[in-house]
Amino acid sequence: MMNEIILMNGYGIYVWPAFSFTLISFATLYFVTKLQLSKEQKRFVAKFGSLNEEKAKVARSQNINREILSNTFKI
Amino acid sequence: MFKHFEPNKIFAITSRAPKYVLFLFIIVLTIGLAEALILSPEDYKQSDAVRIMYVHVPAAWISLGTFSSLALLSIGSFVFKNKNFALISKSLAPAGFIFNIIALVTGSIWGKPTWGTWWVWDARITSMLILALFYGMYLLAWRIYEEKEQVVKVTSMIAILGVINVPIIKYSVDWWNTLHQPPSISILSNNSIHVSMLIPLGIMTAAFALFLLLIFLMKYNTELIKIKNKGLDRL
Repeated sequence: MMNEIILMNGYGIYVWPAFSFTLISFATLYFVTKLQLSKEQKRFVAKFGSLNEEKAKVARSQNINREILSNTFKI
Repeated sequence: MFKHFEPNKIFAITSRAPKYVLFLFIIVLTIGLAEALILSPEDYKQSDAVRIMYVHVPAAWISLGTFSSLALLSIGSFVFKNKNFALISKSLAPAGFIFNIIALVTGSIWGKPTWGTWWVWDARITSMLILALFYGMYLLAWRIYEEKEQVVKVTSMIAILGVINVPIIKYSVDWWNTLHQPPSISILSNNSIHVSMLIPLGIMTAAFALFLLLIFLMKYNTELIKIKNKGLDRL
């Protein structure tokens, strides 16, 4: 049974690389995108932290900024 | 109508959605892989080599669909002067490009056992390669041009010009004599593919569509946070 799945009547050398390439491409794109997202989130948090109280209050008045802060490091 | 879909209003959804989409994607992909690699029958002509279809065909469909969406959004961005359209296009393009590459590579691997060659310059394959070049140009333009209005114009032109290639890809197997087989699935006429193969193909297509959605949401959130970072600089 296991041999049948691996060898696939001699076509395993084509089928497995095709599926592996697809899954590796998916994983690479996912992790690269995730890395870019966390980099931007961290940059946002750092910039937000460096604002003075008045500017921070203005920034916090925007829903989207509050959302970014609350979602950071969760994804 | 578009004001309901403004980034500020939908960010609460787009920022939380990726974890649920990822969860759903893993479940659907696992079922799809089990169907495609183990449960689905082998083909009477191609034997087990037919299983490559379950990654090749959905990848090709989604890359074509994504590029068509880029073109539609680009036209929309010209007509309605809506900046969000450009942001959505920019976020869709990387996944579309990867699906295009997957379709080309898996097609090449499938070509060896069925046609006896890794590559042939026939109409379908060459037009798919041209689509990959348009994707490449589109993504490069976003990196090269810094001025916002200029980059939107250039990328929109690339998407609108490139979409001319989409019907050429679709009908290339009918218009020219090619090694590539004609479509087995049609909305308007009877399918020449058995239901035992159609089900895994449908599940794998759903999984790939979920992956497109996942990457789109993550890229879209990244772009929005980038804009907000610039906004903090201006405070």
